[in-house]
Amino acid sequence: MSDPATQDGRKFTTESKLEKLFARGEFVVTSEIGPQKGASADSIIHHTAESKTYCDGFNITDNQSAVVRLSSIAGAVHILRHGGNPIMQMTCRDRNRIAIQSDLLGAYSLGIRDVLCLSGDHQSFGNHPSAKNVFDIDSIQLIALVKMMRDEKRMLSGEEMKDEPRFYIGAVESPFGDPLELRVMRLAKKVRAGAQFIQTQAIFDVEQFAHWMSLVRSAGLDQRVNIMAGVIPVKSLRALKYMKENVAGISVPDELIERMAKAENQQEEGKAIAVELIGKLRNIAGVKGIHIMPVSWEAVLPEIVTRAGLHARPVID
Amino acid sequence: MIVAEQKPLTEIAENIKDAQKVLVVGCGGCVTVCLSGGQKEVDILATSLRILRKKDGTPIDTATETLERQCDKEYVDKLAEKVQAADCVVSLACGVGVQYLAERYPDKVIIPAQNTKFIGGTTEHGIWEERCALCGECILAQTGGICPIIRCSKSILNGPCGGSQGGKCEVNPDTPCAWTLIYGQLKRQGREAALGEIFPVKDWSKARDGGPRKYVREDVLL
Ligand code: SF4
Ligand code: SF4
Repeated sequence: MSDPATQDGRKFTTESKLEKLFARGEFVVTSEIGPQKGASADSIIHHTAESKTYCDGFNITDNQSAVVRLSSIAGAVHILRHGGNPIMQMTCRDRNRIAIQSDLLGAYSLGIRDVLCLSGDHQSFGNHPSAKNVFDIDSIQLIALVKMMRDEKRMLSGEEMKDEPRFYIGAVESPFGDPLELRVMRLAKKVRAGAQFIQTQAIFDVEQFAHWMSLVRSAGLDQRVNIMAGVIPVKSLRALKYMKENVAGISVPDELIERMAKAENQQEEGKAIAVELIGKLRNIAGVKGIHIMPVSWEAVLPEIVTRAGLHARPVID
Repeated sequence: MIVAEQKPLTEIAENIKDAQKVLVVGCGGCVTVCLSGGQKEVDILATSLRILRKKDGTPIDTATETLERQCDKEYVDKLAEKVQAADCVVSLACGVGVQYLAERYPDKVIIPAQNTKFIGGTTEHGIWEERCALCGECILAQTGGICPIIRCSKSILNGPCGGSQGGKCEVNPDTPCAWTLIYGQLKRQGREAALGEIFPVKDWSKARDGGPRKYVREDVLL
């Protein structure tokens, strides 16, 4: 394989566009596309065309919520073909170490350069709750594996390979997950394992997030990994309440619920809240980007990015 | 202990529908302790099957026996006469006992009357919880005596996952998050810094994934 690309005299670990943008000091914007529950990429292609100039990369989810959908590798290839930059999600729920490594090799050969390593939602949440899960390795071990393949040109077994996959490695973190002290310790562990960028769970409580970031900064982690704050644009009061009550790791302040309840037009209010959140989050020291997750509201991305003043996305030649 | 739960009577009855003489065999081991397959349950099951078949107009004869242990050839041997006299045998042991009967008496149909669930213990009277996945390479020394393989819903070795909230597991609000427990335990012992180390991938060949396991002890071979 080619040597890591160099630009501006820097040495890069990968050919990833995200890596270059972070290195240049750009404030990076990523978004998310959930594939369809069917053998069609129409929606992926549509959202890619609609939003590709409004973000620097699209996460393509891997059977999120344990619901069977078109695979993240195939989805990533559709995004690539239509001019977008895919960030392939890979969970540990459905593949053992053999399938994970094989999929990483395949994905890289297809032009995918960014991977996001996750545990995966438990199958009991999905549409096949009677499935057997895998969890052969966990998300931190997955991060270390992707790095090992790239930097040591070895498989998990230690066996050497000639053409190694060179992925830019992402991970997720849940700033409001419990216990808090362990969260920062675990972020450090992800960084030690090889994570180069982190997308956080959706933030609604800016104060609490700012506190977490201060812990992250005291541990010096903001210098070692590019942290992107997660934002979910919410369409309705119902959706906001649902997240407050049912989604682990999401904390929604009561003021926000009240504000949404009073709004004449909840969709518009939802957009305004997202834009404000982005404004506040990007000013917190150590935040290097925003990850916008317009869950089943993909069409809203261009407007939110534009209103947040982030539309002109940097170009890499 | 091995914890087992009796199958619904209708399922057991369906599996013995062609038999006229049924032997019901219990076990004096784990299933007696977990109140599902000892002498008392054997008698109740035999009576229930008789009543059901009488109602259906196809009455059966039942015989009963509860062995010291069904997972032991010596005890299983003692059943020979009763087994010969029966058309079919219903076992209230765990899956091991059922198989020991099936191996020893290959000409007889052996029906399991239990769903063998897990190995664990009681947390309070009437409640049993799983504690060990029999992974073949115990890591409890590193995890404060709390097993993440079985008590974490995702068997994570570098937990907790993002779903841990208020000390509970995302999969079930009644289940404590194993990693919150592990953290609490190690912290109490001043050992929590160890969680900063990446726990290496597990060798599952030592677990069920390596195929049926066998353990040979040369020193006690005859
Ligand atoms: S680590 Fe393995 S042997 Fe030890 S309790 Fe857990 S499953 Fe059982
Ligand atoms: S919440 Fe805790 S116990 Fe449940 S899957 Fe996550 S780490 Fe495991």
